[in-house]
Amino acid sequence: MGPIIVQFLTGLSDAASLFFVAAGLSLIFGVSRVVNMAHGSFYMVGAYVAYFVVSFLPRGVFTFWASIVIAALAVGLLGVIIEIFLMRRLYKAPELFMLMATFAVLLVIADLSLWLFGAEDKIGPRAPGLDGSFNIMGALIPQYDIALILIAPVILLGLWFLLNKTRWGILIRAATEDRDMLAALGVNQKWLFTSVFFLGSCLAGLGGAIQLPKGGADLLMDLNVIAAAFVIVVVGGMGSIGGAFLASVLIGELSSFGVLVLPQSTLVMMFLVMAVVLIIRPYGLLGKPEAEEHLPPELVESPLRPASLRLRLLGLAVLLALLGLPFFGGSFQLVLFGEIAIFALACMSLFFMMGPGGMVSFGHAAFFGGGAYAAALLVHYANSPMELAILLAPLCTGLLALVIGWFCVRLSGVYLAMLTLAFAQICWSIVFQWSGFTGGDDGILGIWPSKWASNEVVFYYLTIVISIGGILILRYLLFTPFGYTMRACRDSHLRADSIGINVKRQQWFSFAVAGVFAGLAGGIYVFSKGSVFPTEMSISRSFDLLLSVLLGGIHSLSGPVTGATAFIWLEDKISRVHFWRLILGSIYIFLVMAFPQGIAGYFSKRFEGLFSGQK
Amino acid sequence: MKKYGLVLGLVFVCLIAFVALPVVAQAGGTIKVGEINTYSKLTNFTIPYRNGWQLALEEINNSGGVLGKKIKVISRDDAGKPGNAVKIAEELVRRDKVVLLMGSFFSHVGLALTDFAKRNKVFYLAAEPLSDALVWAKGNRYTFRLRPSTYMQAAMLATEAAKNPAKRWATIAPNYAYGKDAVKSFKKVLKTKNPSVKFVAEQWPALFKINPGSEIQALAKANPEAVYNVTFGSDLAKFVREGKLRGFFKGRFIVSLLTGEPEYLDPLKDEAPEGWLVTGYPWYDIKTPAHSKFLKAYQAKYHDYPRTGSVVGYSMMWAVANMLKKAGCTDTEKMVDAMEGLTFQCPFGPVTFRKMDHQSTMGAFVGYTALKNGKGIMVNWKYMDGKDFLPSDEEVRKLRPQD
Repeated sequence: MGPIIVQFLTGLSDAASLFFVAAGLSLIFGVSRVVNMAHGSFYMVGAYVAYFVVSFLPRGVFTFWASIVIAALAVGLLGVIIEIFLMRRLYKAPELFMLMATFAVLLVIADLSLWLFGAEDKIGPRAPGLDGSFNIMGALIPQYDIALILIAPVILLGLWFLLNKTRWGILIRAATEDRDMLAALGVNQKWLFTSVFFLGSCLAGLGGAIQLPKGGADLLMDLNVIAAAFVIVVVGGMGSIGGAFLASVLIGELSSFGVLVLPQSTLVMMFLVMAVVLIIRPYGLLGKPEAEEHLPPELVESPLRPASLRLRLLGLAVLLALLGLPFFGGSFQLVLFGEIAIFALACMSLFFMMGPGGMVSFGHAAFFGGGAYAAALLVHYANSPMELAILLAPLCTGLLALVIGWFCVRLSGVYLAMLTLAFAQICWSIVFQWSGFTGGDDGILGIWPSKWASNEVVFYYLTIVISIGGILILRYLLFTPFGYTMRACRDSHLRADSIGINVKRQQWFSFAVAGVFAGLAGGIYVFSKGSVFPTEMSISRSFDLLLSVLLGGIHSLSGPVTGATAFIWLEDKISRVHFWRLILGSIYIFLVMAFPQGIAGYFSKRFEGLFSGQK
Repeated sequence: MKKYGLVLGLVFVCLIAFVALPVVAQAGGTIKVGEINTYSKLTNFTIPYRNGWQLALEEINNSGGVLGKKIKVISRDDAGKPGNAVKIAEELVRRDKVVLLMGSFFSHVGLALTDFAKRNKVFYLAAEPLSDALVWAKGNRYTFRLRPSTYMQAAMLATEAAKNPAKRWATIAPNYAYGKDAVKSFKKVLKTKNPSVKFVAEQWPALFKINPGSEIQALAKANPEAVYNVTFGSDLAKFVREGKLRGFFKGRFIVSLLTGEPEYLDPLKDEAPEGWLVTGYPWYDIKTPAHSKFLKAYQAKYHDYPRTGSVVGYSMMWAVANMLKKAGCTDTEKMVDAMEGLTFQCPFGPVTFRKMDHQSTMGAFVGYTALKNGKGIMVNWKYMDGKDFLPSDEEVRKLRPQD
């Protein structure tokens, strides 16, 4: 009996740690709609600050808890600085753009932490007075675990009181419901948002600081915690603190008992839970359906127009330059531009469903990496020639997209995005775990092009033809009835519905089309690298694609190509110096501030006169 | 507002131009060597590693370089992505015209480069990746590996562990190729030495996402007499702390891979476990002349003690220099021929790159952990030469594709 109780309590204490981080994230999202990628970084900074404050102050019960509070407040302050100097300038930009800004902050904080806190892992101090264990029927449980189990509900109650019983809380809830109405009533939203960001960051810092006695501080914490935090927030229902608590307990307990049954389940447990919950309850456990999002009028984009003659000439010039590259570029230029072209195709497919389709995906790597794996497996097991593999890869990912899409299109907004992430993680873990078939993380090697295409110039042309061809087909599709219907579904599904369009089916097919072309990109990608590994399906690959699309701008047809070019090129150039993430992050921050509509979006607006007009 | 935007745009363009300036200046009379590693992650390994090869590079060039030329290393960060590593390799080989490639930490990155080396017939010396496949299942003529592989290190531990009477074993290892290989090899060797052992429980935490409490509880349920641990880094710290609080280590024999390396042992400070059988690097106690010389030079240059990574980086650079001397030129085929069977001095002692599978015979230190002055150290250790812990030649021939 003892061990079972201890297993249960251990699950609860894990849940408590998860809850502290997720509560802050949920709060920030609920009010400001910011998908805060930097939340994990706040968590990490909280852990480091608390570590240094604890080691600086004399050891004692009071100083220990004081250090945790100091760390939480310090991180809250950091959050305020970021909110005032960065986020505030961006509330007018599309919501997704905030994701990009916070991702840039994540990069900057990652390198600053390395510089400030040092490369070595820090083991957390033990909590004075709570550094022993309780004996529960013969099984030991650390005292600190019990403390965490008790603190979490206290924080939950405190937040509940703050949100429900104070004027500030009422304003916050009003802002969650209807921002414009609140502004019309004369409430200064600026400081409201800042205070929410402060509280949310505080909670992240608290989460990082309070877990010190359970672990410590290291430089990988930021990325390790962020996915878990998002899962909790979404499973609980965004903006719902109680939901976050419930979700933490659910996931904490399932993980705790899951390892008894199937030790390998650790990889995928929380994503499985998320997928199941979202399929049954599309808005999370305690979430409410999102109010119809209405964009401010200046952001409702004008309908896409076919390219003008001038723009077509420009496109032709770029194409000619690409085709002529082998005559004047070095052989590495071919590799680099080949990769950019492949990446641009993958981004275009994501743009296709994100921009005109209105469905944001956080898991597009499932199709990109899926295509790469489909091609690699065909070559490895069936000895299929390159041509056949590249042809079949998009079909496989198309089928995969049909399956995943069937579940996803029933959701919308961030819930849809998180469900794609869940499915992508499930696909990733299958590839990762099934080492007998997919090679696990040792990957599949030796996937090189057929003989006729093994010459680098020939392969470059093959890449260009497939990638540019794919991009042009996707572009063409947007101007067919299929594309117009898709955009109608995005802009107003009520109206689309009432004129007889089957909205869900339309979205489902768009999802599949995006999957097909991402798979095509993956199929050719694997032959350019010669090997494929699960990293191609991982979260970070999904975010590479997402960032590139945002970088280019989601309201401009040339956005994905511009974004992919900028992304690959910048990373290639900047990763040569130490602390390159700091520089890259700063450049992203700069780009976000300078071009809130994305690079291509900015230029197409700036030079509207030059390139618009039907003549 | 529009003007403001344009100015920003100009600033941006200037910034790009600045960044894009050719970083690599062309210099005559040098031999260029490409180096790729995951510098932006796992900094606790890669920074000492970089210090290590930079120290060796300085020594080599100060003593006149090789073949009458200085060596120039072009070092790049792959961010832990195999796709990036291959792209960087292409750039190093095609544009920077490096004569060979070396480095990498993660096994999957190392394997991607192995395959690249094979196809493009480029010499590649893998420094750290431990995957057995690198020299065996996926081995090829152009790839060599410096560090003792997962199999070798696990075999060293298993050989020592077999002396313990414990019969019921449990394992905990990160759920990826390295963890899986390490458990498989350990089980195999331990069972041959001691056929009566039984493995009664296993746990597979996701890398750096261990749930220490529940996993320890699950292991304890099977009541093993001994535990084999492969977790490292932040997972190890959590495992150690939680295990102590839950009384998990009491009366149990713990065998732990890599835990004696300063990278992983030192962060534990006074909570370092005692009496564990580990592989590692007791730099404070190694008195051989080769190591003392290295230690002195390292401390003089960096005012810090070396980690395992430092030795790996340092040895890698010297291996390359020795190979170039022996080859007498930078022709890839000649370099491969020179590397096969090459013996050179690393801080641990003489090391040979085996002709049959291109694995070096670099060894590791195996000993027990203890506490001294509030710090974890290794005691009763001995150096185990890698050549004694490899499968028989026949087995290796079966594992490795013959070219």
